[in-house]
Amino acid sequence: MATSGQPAPASAEIVPVSAQERLEVVRRRRPGNTVAAVVLVVITALFLYGAATNPTYGWPDFARYLFDWRVIEAARNTLLLTVFSMLGAVVLGVLLALMRLSPNRVLQSSAWVYLWVFRGTPVYVQLVFWGLFSTIYKEIRLGIPFGPTFATFSTDSVLTVFQLAVIGLALNEAAYMAEIVRAGLSSVENGQGEAATALGLSWWQTMSRIVLPQAMRVIIPPTGNEVISMLKTTSLVTAVPYSLELYTRTRDIASETFNPIPMLLVASAWYLLFTSLLMVGQYYLERRFAHGTTRDRPSRRARALSRVAQKEQA
Amino acid sequence: MSPPATAPPMLRAEQVCKEFGSLRVLKGISLEVARGEVMCLIGPSGSGKSTFLRCINHLEQITSGRVYVDGEVIGYHDRGGRLHEMHPREVAAQRRDIGMVFQRFNLFGHRTALENVLEAPLRVKGVPRTAAARHAMALLDRVGLAAKADAYPAQLSGGQQQRVAIARALAMKPKLMLFDEPTSALDPELVGEVLEVMRGLALDGMTMVVVTHEMGFAREVADTVVFMDDGVVVESGNPRAVLTAPQHERTRSFLSKVL
Repeated sequence: MATSGQPAPASAEIVPVSAQERLEVVRRRRPGNTVAAVVLVVITALFLYGAATNPTYGWPDFARYLFDWRVIEAARNTLLLTVFSMLGAVVLGVLLALMRLSPNRVLQSSAWVYLWVFRGTPVYVQLVFWGLFSTIYKEIRLGIPFGPTFATFSTDSVLTVFQLAVIGLALNEAAYMAEIVRAGLSSVENGQGEAATALGLSWWQTMSRIVLPQAMRVIIPPTGNEVISMLKTTSLVTAVPYSLELYTRTRDIASETFNPIPMLLVASAWYLLFTSLLMVGQYYLERRFAHGTTRDRPSRRARALSRVAQKEQA
Repeated sequence: MSPPATAPPMLRAEQVCKEFGSLRVLKGISLEVARGEVMCLIGPSGSGKSTFLRCINHLEQITSGRVYVDGEVIGYHDRGGRLHEMHPREVAAQRRDIGMVFQRFNLFGHRTALENVLEAPLRVKGVPRTAAARHAMALLDRVGLAAKADAYPAQLSGGQQQRVAIARALAMKPKLMLFDEPTSALDPELVGEVLEVMRGLALDGMTMVVVTHEMGFAREVADTVVFMDDGVVVESGNPRAVLTAPQHERTRSFLSKVL
Protein backbone atom coordinates (compact mmCIF):
# COMPACT_ATOMS: atom_id res chain seq x y z
CA MET A 1 0.00 0.00 0.00
CA ALA A 2 1.29 3.45 -0.88
CA THR A 3 1.95 5.48 2.22
CA SER A 4 3.20 9.02 2.42
CA GLY A 5 6.65 8.33 3.89
CA GLN A 6 8.90 10.76 2.09
CA PRO A 7 12.56 9.92 1.51
CA ALA A 8 14.96 12.20 3.39
CA PRO A 9 16.18 15.09 1.22
CA ALA A 10 19.73 14.95 -0.01
CA SER A 11 21.80 16.82 2.57
CA ALA A 12 23.72 18.93 0.07
CA GLU A 13 22.22 22.40 0.26
CA ILE A 14 21.68 23.01 3.98
CA VAL A 15 24.02 25.76 5.23
CA PRO A 16 24.82 25.54 8.97
CA VAL A 17 24.87 28.86 10.82
CA SER A 18 27.21 28.98 13.77
CA ALA A 19 27.00 31.66 16.42
CA GLN A 20 30.06 33.56 15.22
CA GLU A 21 28.72 33.87 11.69
CA ARG A 22 25.44 35.46 12.73
CA LEU A 23 25.11 38.99 11.39
CA GLU A 24 25.85 41.65 13.94
CA VAL A 25 23.30 44.30 13.23
CA VAL A 26 23.21 47.77 14.76
CA ARG A 27 19.55 48.31 15.49
CA ARG A 28 18.01 51.38 13.95
CA ARG A 29 17.15 54.08 16.49
CA ARG A 30 13.51 54.81 16.94
CA PRO A 31 13.44 58.18 18.73
CA GLY A 32 9.71 58.69 18.18
CA ASN A 33 8.90 55.52 20.13
CA THR A 34 11.12 56.56 23.03
CA VAL A 35 9.60 60.03 23.24
CA ALA A 36 6.05 58.66 23.10
CA ALA A 37 6.81 56.12 25.83
CA VAL A 38 8.33 58.76 28.14
CA VAL A 39 5.37 61.09 27.60
CA LEU A 40 2.87 58.33 28.39
CA VAL A 41 4.71 57.22 31.52
CA VAL A 42 4.88 60.80 32.79
CA ILE A 43 1.19 61.46 32.11
CA THR A 44 0.19 58.20 33.82
CA ALA A 45 2.37 58.94 36.85
CA LEU A 46 0.93 62.44 37.16
CA PHE A 47 -2.62 61.12 36.88
CA LEU A 48 -2.04 58.40 39.50
CA TYR A 49 -0.38 60.92 41.86
CA GLY A 50 -3.28 63.31 41.37
CA ALA A 51 -5.85 60.57 41.92
CA ALA A 52 -4.15 59.41 45.08
CA THR A 53 -3.84 62.87 46.60
CA ASN A 54 -7.10 64.44 45.39
CA PRO A 55 -9.53 64.14 48.33
CA THR A 56 -12.67 64.27 46.10
CA TYR A 57 -11.96 60.74 44.88
CA GLY A 58 -12.80 59.70 48.42
CA TRP A 59 -10.55 56.65 48.67
CA PRO A 60 -11.46 56.03 52.34
CA ASP A 61 -15.14 55.86 51.29
CA PHE A 62 -14.19 53.61 48.38
CA ALA A 63 -12.52 51.19 50.78
CA ARG A 64 -15.43 51.36 53.23
CA TYR A 65 -18.15 50.63 50.65
CA LEU A 66 -16.34 48.23 48.30
CA PHE A 67 -17.40 45.25 50.42
CA ASP A 68 -20.53 46.76 51.94
CA TRP A 69 -23.16 44.01 52.08
CA ARG A 70 -25.57 46.13 49.99
CA VAL A 71 -22.92 46.46 47.31
CA ILE A 72 -22.08 42.75 47.37
CA GLU A 73 -25.76 41.90 47.05
CA ALA A 74 -26.11 44.34 44.17
CA ALA A 75 -23.06 42.81 42.48
CA ARG A 76 -24.66 39.41 42.81
CA ASN A 77 -27.91 40.72 41.29
CA THR A 78 -26.00 42.25 38.39
CA LEU A 79 -24.29 38.93 37.77
CA LEU A 80 -27.59 37.02 37.92
CA LEU A 81 -29.24 39.50 35.53
CA THR A 82 -26.34 39.00 33.11
CA VAL A 83 -26.33 35.21 33.33
CA PHE A 84 -30.11 34.72 33.01
CA SER A 85 -30.46 37.28 30.21
CA MET A 86 -27.59 35.80 28.22
CA LEU A 87 -28.89 32.24 28.66
CA GLY A 88 -32.29 33.31 27.38
CA ALA A 89 -30.70 35.31 24.57
CA VAL A 90 -28.51 32.42 23.40
CA VAL A 91 -31.38 29.91 23.32
CA LEU A 92 -33.71 32.32 21.53
CA GLY A 93 -30.88 33.51 19.30
CA VAL A 94 -30.10 29.97 18.08
CA LEU A 95 -33.80 29.45 17.41
CA LEU A 96 -34.05 32.71 15.44
CA ALA A 97 -30.89 31.87 13.47
CA LEU A 98 -32.29 28.45 12.53
CA MET A 99 -35.56 30.12 11.52
CA ARG A 100 -33.71 32.55 9.26
CA LEU A 101 -31.84 29.67 7.62
CA SER A 102 -34.99 27.54 7.24
CA PRO A 103 -36.49 27.05 3.79
CA ASN A 104 -39.93 27.98 5.19
CA ARG A 105 -40.76 31.57 4.17
CA VAL A 106 -43.05 32.23 7.14
CA LEU A 107 -40.36 31.20 9.65
CA GLN A 108 -37.77 33.25 7.75
CA SER A 109 -39.78 36.42 7.68
CA SER A 110 -41.00 36.09 11.30
CA ALA A 111 -37.39 35.96 12.42
CA TRP A 112 -36.58 38.94 10.21
CA VAL A 113 -39.43 41.01 11.68
CA TYR A 114 -38.29 40.09 15.21
CA LEU A 115 -34.79 41.32 14.43
CA TRP A 116 -36.13 44.44 12.79
CA VAL A 117 -38.16 45.42 15.88
CA PHE A 118 -35.77 44.42 18.66
CA ARG A 119 -32.60 45.66 17.00
CA GLY A 120 -34.30 48.77 15.68
CA THR A 121 -35.43 50.25 19.00
CA PRO A 122 -33.26 51.29 21.97
CA VAL A 123 -32.95 48.73 24.74
CA TYR A 124 -33.75 51.49 27.25
CA VAL A 125 -37.11 52.13 25.55
CA GLN A 126 -37.82 48.39 25.49
CA LEU A 127 -37.07 48.15 29.21
CA VAL A 128 -39.48 50.99 29.97
CA PHE A 129 -42.11 49.11 27.96
CA TRP A 130 -41.50 45.95 30.00
CA GLY A 131 -41.92 48.05 33.12
CA LEU A 132 -45.35 49.04 31.80
CA PHE A 133 -46.21 45.45 30.87
CA SER A 134 -48.61 44.99 33.75
CA THR A 135 -50.28 48.30 32.87
CA ILE A 136 -50.80 47.20 29.27
CA TYR A 137 -51.76 43.62 30.11
CA LYS A 138 -53.41 43.67 33.53
CA GLU A 139 -54.35 40.01 33.47
CA ILE A 140 -52.97 36.85 31.95
CA ARG A 141 -55.75 34.45 30.90
CA LEU A 142 -55.29 30.83 29.93
CA GLY A 143 -57.97 29.60 27.57
CA ILE A 144 -59.10 29.40 23.99
CA PRO A 145 -58.98 32.73 22.09
CA PHE A 146 -62.54 34.09 21.70
CA GLY A 147 -63.66 31.01 23.69
CA PRO A 148 -63.79 29.94 27.33
CA THR A 149 -61.14 31.03 29.84
CA PHE A 150 -59.76 28.42 32.23
CA ALA A 151 -57.62 30.51 34.54
CA THR A 152 -56.85 34.17 35.15
CA PHE A 153 -53.81 35.65 36.89
CA SER A 154 -53.06 39.26 37.63
CA THR A 155 -49.86 40.12 35.81
CA ASP A 156 -48.30 41.77 38.87
CA SER A 157 -48.62 38.60 40.88
CA VAL A 158 -46.97 36.40 38.23
CA LEU A 159 -44.03 38.51 37.08
CA THR A 160 -41.55 40.20 39.41
CA VAL A 161 -39.61 43.29 38.38
CA PHE A 162 -36.45 41.19 38.26
CA GLN A 163 -38.08 38.76 35.84
CA LEU A 164 -39.35 41.60 33.67
CA ALA A 165 -35.82 43.03 33.57
CA VAL A 166 -34.43 39.63 32.50
CA ILE A 167 -37.11 39.25 29.82
CA GLY A 168 -36.45 42.74 28.49
CA LEU A 169 -32.69 42.25 28.31
CA ALA A 170 -32.92 38.72 26.90
CA LEU A 171 -35.38 39.55 24.13
CA ASN A 172 -33.29 42.50 23.01
CA GLU A 173 -30.04 40.55 23.13
CA ALA A 174 -31.55 37.58 21.26
CA ALA A 175 -31.76 39.71 18.13
CA TYR A 176 -28.00 40.28 18.21
CA MET A 177 -27.20 36.69 19.17
CA ALA A 178 -29.30 35.47 16.23
CA GLU A 179 -27.04 37.27 13.78
CA ILE A 180 -23.90 35.99 15.50
CA VAL A 181 -25.15 32.40 15.44
CA ARG A 182 -26.26 32.74 11.81
CA ALA A 183 -22.82 34.01 10.82
CA GLY A 184 -21.27 31.06 12.67
CA LEU A 185 -23.50 28.46 11.03
CA SER A 186 -22.90 29.93 7.58
CA SER A 187 -19.15 29.80 8.16
CA VAL A 188 -19.21 25.99 8.26
CA GLU A 189 -18.76 24.47 4.81
CA ASN A 190 -21.85 22.88 3.27
CA GLY A 191 -19.90 19.66 2.74
CA GLN A 192 -19.73 19.07 6.50
CA GLY A 193 -23.47 18.80 6.85
CA GLU A 194 -23.71 16.85 3.60
CA ALA A 195 -21.17 14.27 4.73
CA ALA A 196 -23.02 13.82 8.02
CA THR A 197 -26.34 13.47 6.20
CA ALA A 198 -24.87 10.93 3.79
CA LEU A 199 -23.70 8.86 6.78
CA GLY A 200 -27.28 8.68 8.04
CA LEU A 201 -27.05 11.22 10.87
CA SER A 202 -30.33 12.99 11.60
CA TRP A 203 -30.75 16.74 11.15
CA TRP A 204 -30.43 17.26 14.89
CA GLN A 205 -27.28 15.10 15.17
CA THR A 206 -25.77 16.87 12.18
CA MET A 207 -26.42 20.26 13.75
CA SER A 208 -25.43 19.49 17.33
CA ARG A 209 -22.42 17.24 16.67
CA ILE A 210 -20.96 18.44 13.39
CA VAL A 211 -22.08 21.94 12.41
CA LEU A 212 -22.53 23.80 15.72
CA PRO A 213 -19.23 22.67 17.31
CA GLN A 214 -17.38 24.00 14.26
CA ALA A 215 -19.49 27.16 14.18
CA MET A 216 -18.50 27.83 17.81
CA ARG A 217 -15.10 29.11 16.73
CA VAL A 218 -16.81 31.95 14.92
CA ILE A 219 -19.59 32.36 17.50
CA ILE A 220 -17.58 32.59 20.73
CA PRO A 221 -15.51 35.79 20.29
CA PRO A 222 -18.44 38.09 19.43
CA THR A 223 -20.56 36.35 22.08
CA GLY A 224 -17.87 37.17 24.65
CA ASN A 225 -18.26 40.77 23.55
CA GLU A 226 -22.01 40.51 24.02
CA VAL A 227 -21.70 39.05 27.54
CA ILE A 228 -19.42 41.88 28.61
CA SER A 229 -21.70 44.38 26.97
CA MET A 230 -24.69 42.78 28.71
CA LEU A 231 -22.95 43.02 32.10
CA LYS A 232 -22.84 46.77 31.61
CA THR A 233 -26.26 47.09 29.99
CA THR A 234 -27.79 45.70 33.19
CA SER A 235 -27.24 49.20 34.60
CA LEU A 236 -30.19 50.29 32.42
CA VAL A 237 -32.77 48.07 34.15
CA THR A 238 -33.47 50.99 36.44
CA ALA A 239 -35.86 51.85 33.59
CA VAL A 240 -38.12 48.90 34.46
CA PRO A 241 -37.61 50.01 37.34
CA TYR A 242 -35.40 47.41 38.99
CA SER A 243 -33.07 49.18 41.41
CA LEU A 244 -31.10 46.47 43.19
CA GLU A 245 -28.29 46.05 40.64
CA LEU A 246 -24.82 47.47 40.99
CA TYR A 247 -25.08 50.86 39.33
CA THR A 248 -28.46 51.96 40.72
CA ARG A 249 -27.65 50.58 44.18
CA THR A 250 -24.33 52.45 44.43
CA ARG A 251 -26.00 55.62 43.17
CA ASP A 252 -28.68 55.24 45.85
CA ILE A 253 -26.00 54.86 48.52
CA ALA A 254 -24.25 57.94 47.10
CA SER A 255 -27.42 59.98 47.62
CA GLU A 256 -27.13 59.16 51.36
CA THR A 257 -23.42 59.99 51.60
CA PHE A 258 -23.64 63.06 49.32
CA ASN A 259 -20.49 61.92 47.54
CA PRO A 260 -21.10 60.11 44.23
CA ILE A 261 -17.47 59.76 43.14
CA PRO A 262 -16.26 56.97 45.47
CA MET A 263 -19.46 55.01 44.79
CA LEU A 264 -18.87 55.24 41.02
CA LEU A 265 -15.40 53.87 41.66
CA VAL A 266 -16.88 51.03 43.73
CA ALA A 267 -19.29 50.09 40.93
CA SER A 268 -16.51 50.32 38.32
CA ALA A 269 -14.26 48.08 40.38
CA TRP A 270 -16.91 45.36 40.52
CA TYR A 271 -17.71 45.65 36.81
CA LEU A 272 -14.01 45.37 36.01
CA LEU A 273 -13.64 42.32 38.24
CA PHE A 274 -16.52 40.52 36.52
CA THR A 275 -15.32 41.50 33.05
CA SER A 276 -11.87 40.13 33.84
CA LEU A 277 -13.35 36.83 35.00
CA LEU A 278 -15.45 36.62 31.82
CA MET A 279 -12.37 37.21 29.69
CA VAL A 280 -10.58 34.32 31.38
CA GLY A 281 -13.63 32.12 30.82
CA GLN A 282 -13.72 33.08 27.15
CA TYR A 283 -10.06 32.14 26.74
CA TYR A 284 -10.70 28.61 27.96
CA LEU A 285 -13.91 28.25 25.95
CA GLU A 286 -12.10 29.28 22.77
CA ARG A 287 -9.36 26.77 23.46
CA ARG A 288 -11.91 24.02 23.98
CA PHE A 289 -13.50 24.57 20.56
CA ALA A 290 -10.24 25.07 18.67
CA HIS A 291 -9.69 21.34 18.10
CA GLY A 292 -8.50 20.56 14.60
CA THR A 293 -7.75 24.17 13.71
CA THR A 294 -4.35 24.45 15.32
CA ARG A 295 -1.56 21.93 15.46
CA ASP A 296 -2.71 20.97 18.91
CA ARG A 297 -2.90 17.59 20.57
CA PRO A 298 -6.12 15.65 20.10
CA SER A 299 -8.72 15.96 22.81
CA ARG A 300 -8.27 13.73 25.83
CA ARG A 301 -11.37 11.75 24.85
CA ALA A 302 -10.03 11.10 21.34
CA ARG A 303 -6.70 9.88 22.68
CA ALA A 304 -8.39 7.59 25.19
CA LEU A 305 -10.45 6.06 22.39
CA SER A 306 -7.48 5.38 20.17
CA ARG A 307 -5.60 3.82 23.08
CA VAL A 308 -8.52 1.46 23.61
CA ALA A 309 -8.63 0.63 19.90
CA GLN A 310 -4.92 -0.01 19.68
CA LYS A 311 -4.97 -2.25 22.73
CA GLU A 312 -7.87 -4.21 21.23
CA GLN A 313 -5.93 -4.68 18.02
CA ALA A 314 -2.81 -5.96 19.68
CA MET B 1 -43.08 -1.38 -12.67
CA SER B 2 -41.55 -3.15 -9.69
CA PRO B 3 -38.17 -4.83 -9.55
CA PRO B 4 -38.06 -8.63 -9.65
CA ALA B 5 -38.71 -10.27 -6.31
CA THR B 6 -35.57 -12.36 -6.14
CA ALA B 7 -32.12 -10.81 -5.91
CA PRO B 8 -32.79 -7.34 -7.33
CA PRO B 9 -29.81 -5.49 -8.76
CA MET B 10 -27.97 -3.41 -6.18
CA LEU B 11 -28.81 -0.20 -8.04
CA ARG B 12 -31.48 0.37 -10.60
CA ALA B 13 -32.33 3.73 -12.08
CA GLU B 14 -35.40 4.16 -14.25
CA GLN B 15 -35.79 7.26 -16.38
CA VAL B 16 -34.27 9.49 -13.70
CA CYS B 17 -34.77 13.19 -14.42
CA LYS B 18 -33.57 16.12 -12.39
CA GLU B 19 -34.35 19.77 -12.95
CA PHE B 20 -33.01 22.77 -11.10
CA GLY B 21 -35.66 25.35 -11.91
CA SER B 22 -35.73 25.49 -15.69
CA LEU B 23 -32.34 23.79 -16.02
CA ARG B 24 -32.65 20.11 -16.99
CA VAL B 25 -29.58 18.37 -15.62
CA LEU B 26 -30.67 14.75 -15.99
CA LYS B 27 -32.89 13.84 -18.90
CA GLY B 28 -33.86 10.24 -18.24
CA ILE B 29 -31.05 8.08 -16.90
CA SER B 30 -31.70 4.34 -16.83
CA LEU B 31 -29.08 1.87 -15.71
CA GLU B 32 -28.45 -1.12 -13.48
CA VAL B 33 -25.56 -2.12 -11.27
CA ALA B 34 -25.40 -5.75 -10.18
CA ARG B 35 -24.10 -6.92 -6.82
CA GLY B 36 -20.33 -6.76 -6.65
CA GLU B 37 -20.13 -4.75 -9.85
CA VAL B 38 -18.00 -1.62 -10.30
CA MET B 39 -19.47 1.02 -12.57
CA CYS B 40 -17.51 4.06 -13.66
CA LEU B 41 -19.37 7.15 -14.84
CA ILE B 42 -17.34 9.29 -17.19
CA GLY B 43 -18.13 12.35 -19.22
CA PRO B 44 -17.42 16.05 -19.55
CA SER B 45 -18.02 18.34 -16.56
CA GLY B 46 -21.60 19.54 -16.39
CA SER B 47 -22.87 16.32 -17.95
CA GLY B 48 -24.82 15.43 -14.77
CA LYS B 49 -22.63 12.59 -13.44
CA SER B 50 -22.28 14.03 -9.94
CA THR B 51 -25.92 15.07 -9.79
CA PHE B 52 -26.95 11.53 -10.70
CA LEU B 53 -24.70 10.15 -7.98
CA ARG B 54 -26.26 12.51 -5.43
CA CYS B 55 -29.74 11.36 -6.49
CA ILE B 56 -28.83 7.78 -5.54
CA ASN B 57 -28.68 8.62 -1.82
CA HIS B 58 -31.33 11.32 -2.03
CA LEU B 59 -28.99 14.26 -1.39
CA GLU B 60 -30.84 15.60 -4.44
CA GLN B 61 -34.51 14.86 -4.96
CA ILE B 62 -35.25 13.57 -8.43
CA THR B 63 -37.90 15.28 -10.53
CA SER B 64 -39.21 12.11 -12.15
CA GLY B 65 -38.33 8.45 -12.51
CA ARG B 66 -37.31 5.97 -9.84
CA VAL B 67 -34.13 5.05 -8.02
CA TYR B 68 -34.01 1.60 -6.42
CA VAL B 69 -31.21 0.47 -4.14
CA ASP B 70 -31.36 -3.23 -3.34
CA GLY B 71 -34.94 -3.27 -4.57
CA GLU B 72 -36.13 -0.38 -2.41
CA VAL B 73 -37.31 2.97 -3.80
CA ILE B 74 -35.02 5.67 -2.41
CA GLY B 75 -36.63 8.59 -0.60
CA TYR B 76 -40.27 7.64 -1.19
CA HIS B 77 -42.89 5.07 -0.36
CA ASP B 78 -44.39 3.67 -3.53
CA ARG B 79 -48.08 3.21 -2.72
CA GLY B 80 -50.00 2.05 -5.74
CA GLY B 81 -47.76 3.86 -8.16
CA ARG B 82 -47.93 7.16 -6.23
CA LEU B 83 -44.87 8.35 -4.37
CA HIS B 84 -45.21 9.55 -0.79
CA GLU B 85 -42.36 11.51 0.70
CA MET B 86 -40.54 9.58 3.43
CA HIS B 87 -39.94 10.87 6.93
CA PRO B 88 -36.34 12.16 7.21
CA ARG B 89 -35.69 9.39 9.71
CA GLU B 90 -36.53 6.76 7.08
CA VAL B 91 -34.34 8.44 4.45
CA ALA B 92 -31.51 8.52 6.98
CA ALA B 93 -32.01 4.79 7.55
CA GLN B 94 -31.67 4.15 3.80
CA ARG B 95 -28.52 6.29 3.62
CA ARG B 96 -26.82 4.17 6.30
CA ASP B 97 -26.39 1.39 3.75
CA ILE B 98 -25.02 3.69 1.05
CA GLY B 99 -21.50 4.99 1.61
CA MET B 100 -20.43 8.19 -0.08
CA VAL B 101 -17.00 9.66 -0.73
CA PHE B 102 -16.76 13.29 -1.80
CA GLN B 103 -14.45 15.17 -4.10
CA ARG B 104 -13.48 17.55 -1.29
CA PHE B 105 -13.25 14.77 1.37
CA ASN B 106 -15.53 16.65 3.83
CA LEU B 107 -13.88 15.10 6.88
CA PHE B 108 -15.23 16.57 10.12
CA GLY B 109 -12.59 19.20 10.89
CA HIS B 110 -13.00 19.16 14.66
CA ARG B 111 -12.59 15.41 14.97
CA THR B 112 -9.49 13.23 14.74
CA ALA B 113 -9.25 10.61 11.99
CA LEU B 114 -10.43 7.92 14.39
CA GLU B 115 -13.33 10.03 15.64
CA ASN B 116 -14.37 10.72 12.06
CA VAL B 117 -14.62 6.99 11.40
CA LEU B 118 -16.35 6.35 14.74
CA GLU B 119 -19.02 9.04 14.57
CA ALA B 120 -21.69 7.28 12.53
CA PRO B 121 -21.38 3.75 14.00
CA LEU B 122 -21.58 5.24 17.53
CA ARG B 123 -24.37 7.77 16.94
CA VAL B 124 -26.43 6.20 14.20
CA LYS B 125 -26.07 2.48 14.83
CA GLY B 126 -25.37 2.65 18.55
CA VAL B 127 -22.43 0.25 18.36
CA PRO B 128 -20.73 -0.07 21.79
CA ARG B 129 -17.67 2.17 22.12
CA THR B 130 -15.00 -0.48 22.38
CA ALA B 131 -16.31 -2.57 19.51
CA ALA B 132 -16.73 0.54 17.36
CA ALA B 133 -13.21 1.74 18.19
CA ARG B 134 -11.74 -1.65 17.31
CA HIS B 135 -13.56 -1.75 13.99
CA ALA B 136 -12.62 1.86 13.21
CA MET B 137 -8.97 1.15 13.92
CA ALA B 138 -9.06 -1.92 11.69
CA LEU B 139 -10.51 0.21 8.88
CA LEU B 140 -7.83 2.88 9.32
CA ASP B 141 -5.30 0.08 9.17
CA ARG B 142 -6.88 -1.17 5.97
CA VAL B 143 -6.43 2.22 4.30
CA GLY B 144 -2.88 2.37 5.67
CA LEU B 145 -3.47 5.10 8.25
CA ALA B 146 -3.60 3.38 11.65
CA ALA B 147 -0.62 5.50 12.68
CA LYS B 148 -2.58 8.68 11.95
CA ALA B 149 -5.60 7.80 14.12
CA ASP B 150 -5.01 10.79 16.40
CA ALA B 151 -4.38 13.32 13.65
CA TYR B 152 -6.86 16.04 12.77
CA PRO B 153 -7.82 16.40 9.09
CA ALA B 154 -5.84 19.64 8.81
CA GLN B 155 -2.71 17.69 9.72
CA LEU B 156 -3.20 15.14 6.91
CA SER B 157 -2.38 15.36 3.21
CA GLY B 158 -5.23 15.31 0.70
CA GLY B 159 -4.63 11.67 -0.13
CA GLN B 160 -4.60 10.70 3.53
CA GLN B 161 -7.81 12.66 4.14
CA GLN B 162 -9.54 10.90 1.28
CA ARG B 163 -8.44 7.50 2.60
CA VAL B 164 -9.86 8.39 6.03
CA ALA B 165 -13.05 9.46 4.28
CA ILE B 166 -13.25 6.05 2.61
CA ALA B 167 -12.72 4.35 5.97
CA ARG B 168 -15.46 6.57 7.44
CA ALA B 169 -17.91 5.46 4.76
CA LEU B 170 -16.93 1.79 5.19
CA ALA B 171 -17.53 1.99 8.94
CA MET B 172 -21.28 1.79 8.31
CA LYS B 173 -20.77 -1.50 6.43
CA PRO B 174 -22.55 -0.17 3.33
CA LYS B 175 -23.80 -2.43 0.58
CA LEU B 176 -23.16 0.23 -2.05
CA MET B 177 -20.38 2.81 -2.25
CA LEU B 178 -20.64 6.05 -4.21
CA PHE B 179 -17.47 7.93 -5.18
CA ASP B 180 -17.85 11.49 -6.43
CA GLU B 181 -14.62 12.32 -8.29
CA PRO B 182 -12.57 11.05 -5.35
CA THR B 183 -9.20 12.02 -6.81
CA SER B 184 -10.02 15.28 -8.58
CA ALA B 185 -8.96 17.51 -5.70
CA LEU B 186 -5.66 15.70 -5.15
CA ASP B 187 -2.12 16.55 -6.16
CA PRO B 188 -1.08 14.14 -8.95
CA GLU B 189 1.37 12.20 -6.79
CA LEU B 190 -1.36 11.48 -4.22
CA VAL B 191 -3.91 10.06 -6.66
CA GLY B 192 -2.32 6.60 -6.71
CA GLU B 193 -2.72 5.87 -2.99
CA VAL B 194 -6.46 6.58 -3.12
CA LEU B 195 -7.02 4.53 -6.28
CA GLU B 196 -5.06 1.72 -4.65
CA VAL B 197 -7.52 1.61 -1.74
CA MET B 198 -10.47 1.66 -4.16
CA ARG B 199 -8.96 -1.14 -6.23
CA GLY B 200 -8.70 -3.20 -3.02
CA LEU B 201 -12.36 -2.55 -2.25
CA ALA B 202 -13.39 -3.64 -5.73
CA LEU B 203 -11.38 -6.86 -5.39
CA ASP B 204 -13.20 -7.54 -2.10
CA GLY B 205 -16.48 -7.50 -3.99
CA MET B 206 -17.85 -4.10 -2.95
CA THR B 207 -20.52 -2.71 -5.27
CA MET B 208 -19.27 0.68 -6.40
CA VAL B 209 -20.44 3.57 -8.55
CA VAL B 210 -17.51 5.85 -9.34
CA VAL B 211 -17.65 9.23 -11.04
CA THR B 212 -14.11 9.70 -12.28
CA HIS B 213 -11.73 11.21 -14.78
CA GLU B 214 -9.15 8.47 -14.17
CA MET B 215 -9.48 6.50 -17.42
CA GLY B 216 -6.74 4.09 -16.42
CA PHE B 217 -8.65 3.16 -13.28
CA ALA B 218 -11.88 2.80 -15.24
CA ARG B 219 -10.28 0.53 -17.79
CA GLU B 220 -8.61 -1.64 -15.20
CA VAL B 221 -11.19 -1.90 -12.41
CA ALA B 222 -14.63 -1.15 -13.84
CA ASP B 223 -16.99 -3.88 -15.00
CA THR B 224 -19.06 -1.29 -16.83
CA VAL B 225 -18.20 2.16 -18.09
CA VAL B 226 -21.01 4.62 -18.70
CA PHE B 227 -20.37 7.71 -20.79
CA MET B 228 -22.74 10.56 -19.96
CA ASP B 229 -23.14 13.83 -21.78
CA ASP B 230 -25.69 16.59 -21.40
CA GLY B 231 -27.86 14.64 -18.95
CA VAL B 232 -28.19 11.41 -20.93
CA VAL B 233 -26.32 8.11 -21.12
CA VAL B 234 -24.64 8.22 -24.52
CA GLU B 235 -23.18 4.76 -24.36
CA SER B 236 -22.22 2.11 -21.86
CA GLY B 237 -20.65 -1.29 -21.83
CA ASN B 238 -17.51 -3.08 -20.90
CA PRO B 239 -14.57 -0.73 -20.43
CA ARG B 240 -12.50 -2.02 -23.28
CA ALA B 241 -15.36 -1.58 -25.71
CA VAL B 242 -16.34 1.91 -24.56
CA LEU B 243 -12.85 3.29 -24.01
CA THR B 244 -11.03 1.79 -26.98
CA ALA B 245 -13.76 1.33 -29.58
CA PRO B 246 -16.49 3.86 -28.78
CA GLN B 247 -19.54 3.64 -31.03
CA HIS B 248 -20.59 7.21 -30.60
CA GLU B 249 -19.07 10.35 -32.04
CA ARG B 250 -19.54 12.26 -28.76
CA THR B 251 -17.73 9.54 -26.80
CA ARG B 252 -14.90 9.55 -29.33
CA SER B 253 -14.46 13.31 -29.14
CA PHE B 254 -14.49 13.26 -25.30
CA LEU B 255 -11.97 10.44 -25.11
CA SER B 256 -9.68 12.08 -27.63
CA LYS B 257 -9.45 15.05 -25.25
CA VAL B 258 -8.78 13.14 -22.02
CA LEU B 259 -6.65 10.22 -23.14
